[in-house]
Amino acid sequence: MTALASAKDTGTVEQTTSASPKRVIDIDNLSLTFETNDGPVHALADIDLKIDEGDFVSFIGPSGCGKTTLLRVIADLERPTAGSITVNGVSPEEARLNRAYGYVFQAAALYPWRTIAKNVALPLEIMGLPKAEQQDRIARNMDLVNLSGFEKKFPWQLSGGMQQRASIARALAVEPDLLLMDEPFGALDEIVRDHLNEQLLQLWAKTNKTVVFVTHSIPEAVFLSSKIVVLCPRPGRIYDVIDSDLPRERNLDIRETPEFLKIAHRVRDGLRAGHSYED
Amino acid sequence: MTDVSLPTTRSSNPFAGLMSGTVGPVVVVVSAILAIWYMAAVALNTPFQQEIYERASQTDVPLSQLVTDTLAQERPVLPAPHQVVVEIWNTTVEKKITSKRSLIFHSGITLSSTLLGFLIGTTLGILLAIGIVHSRVLDKSLMPWIISSQTIPILAIAPMIIVVLNAVGISGLLPKALISTYLSFFPVAVGMVKGLRSPEVIHMDLVHTYSASRVQAFWKLRLPYAVPFLFTSMKIGMAASLVGAIVGELPTGAVAGLGARLLAGSYYGQTIQIWSALLMAAFLAGSLVALIGVLEKQTLKRMGMAR
Repeated sequence: MTALASAKDTGTVEQTTSASPKRVIDIDNLSLTFETNDGPVHALADIDLKIDEGDFVSFIGPSGCGKTTLLRVIADLERPTAGSITVNGVSPEEARLNRAYGYVFQAAALYPWRTIAKNVALPLEIMGLPKAEQQDRIARNMDLVNLSGFEKKFPWQLSGGMQQRASIARALAVEPDLLLMDEPFGALDEIVRDHLNEQLLQLWAKTNKTVVFVTHSIPEAVFLSSKIVVLCPRPGRIYDVIDSDLPRERNLDIRETPEFLKIAHRVRDGLRAGHSYED
Repeated sequence: MTDVSLPTTRSSNPFAGLMSGTVGPVVVVVSAILAIWYMAAVALNTPFQQEIYERASQTDVPLSQLVTDTLAQERPVLPAPHQVVVEIWNTTVEKKITSKRSLIFHSGITLSSTLLGFLIGTTLGILLAIGIVHSRVLDKSLMPWIISSQTIPILAIAPMIIVVLNAVGISGLLPKALISTYLSFFPVAVGMVKGLRSPEVIHMDLVHTYSASRVQAFWKLRLPYAVPFLFTSMKIGMAASLVGAIVGELPTGAVAGLGARLLAGSYYGQTIQIWSALLMAAFLAGSLVALIGVLEKQTLKRMGMAR
């Protein structure tokens, strides 16, 4: 009880002190249309979205709603066909060149021939950091995801959950203020997923990074996020944006509370309303 | 109950021992080849042997005599395996390496142009593949030529290469090596194009998010991915190189090399000499490919690719 109250307190304190938090992502009237042989596909249409520093934002929606595409636009892996987007006040391409973000893919995408430590070192090698700095960052970030002691192991010697944690350590090693995660726990079983969700929240609390997280799990989105963006398909657009009033520090038990269920209910309603059931 | 009945069904096969391990199957296949070879030698050499008997007015030659004689002719249609082995022994162990009759001397000459041609061919193949993977223009303009280059019979183009290079004053090892190059660059180029393009989309996206340059993406991602492909195509390229070197020795007037031994053998009907040169070439190719295999294992182990 007291813990919850104090958590609420810190939450309000933070809100008052950082009256105008830095805008990290600013998306304005953005659209993306893929030209295919079967005619144009409207992957994203008229997206307006602002993400501030320290936010944990989830994109949730059914398959094909464009949530991954939107994340890829932020990461400069796709180019919008209309509208504007800035990341840290500059274009996504410039942000990418500045190494403003770390990206975690659906699959761990570790190099099979590199040890875990060498995998975490990959972006650092590309950045051209000195060896000592690399070693320092590897140790620090592997510790952050509780993988210390597995430096010399190869990816195939690790479980799926550990591999995904290694890929998170790799993204964190870039030391970005912005973390983009594309259904990182989608392929994992529920128990591992719960555990990693808790760890991710602790990480977020510890580092105060901005996180954009794509998922299609309602409990995951509600549990993790400070802001939930509900998308719907054909064309991919934003149906609802929910600012979560749950305390920043939470554990899995919060999923039984009425506040949690209320938000989850609103998300589910949004998904249901936005989803056209013609097929 | 079941674990008692299982061994009895197993041991009921008297040849089970032959099929387990690697030695058994290898011995079975080699003896089968030798048996077929001996039977073919007897069958193919019998007509000539019977002519000899007729000329000598020998009649009623027993079958055992016929078989022994067909396997001991001086210029048989098909020499028996032991004749070839004796010839190889005589021209390798019994002869000095510097002798013109030494098979090792000739093998050495063929080997040197094979290796030089293979080296140039592999380098050329890798460079072509790098260009093709990184440039659409090179992909569209070079690939058709690379493929059509291999449709020209090497026997037709080999003398042309020798003649043209001789005219501009290049002779000796290099022209022969270039014929090896002509054959060996192709598998390496095709294999490396495939290999350099083999990284998954997710890995390409990954290095893109790190803002890696093309050079970095090449060294950190494409090249490691291509290494297993490189070794496979190098094995094919090596065997092709040897064929190229032998073919390259034919139009030079049969001075030296395994190709020269083949040509000289066919001029004088020395079938045993031809077969011993053939076996030597096969042995050479086998050893070279095996060598690449060892290199492959070492490299992949070092890179952490072998489990």
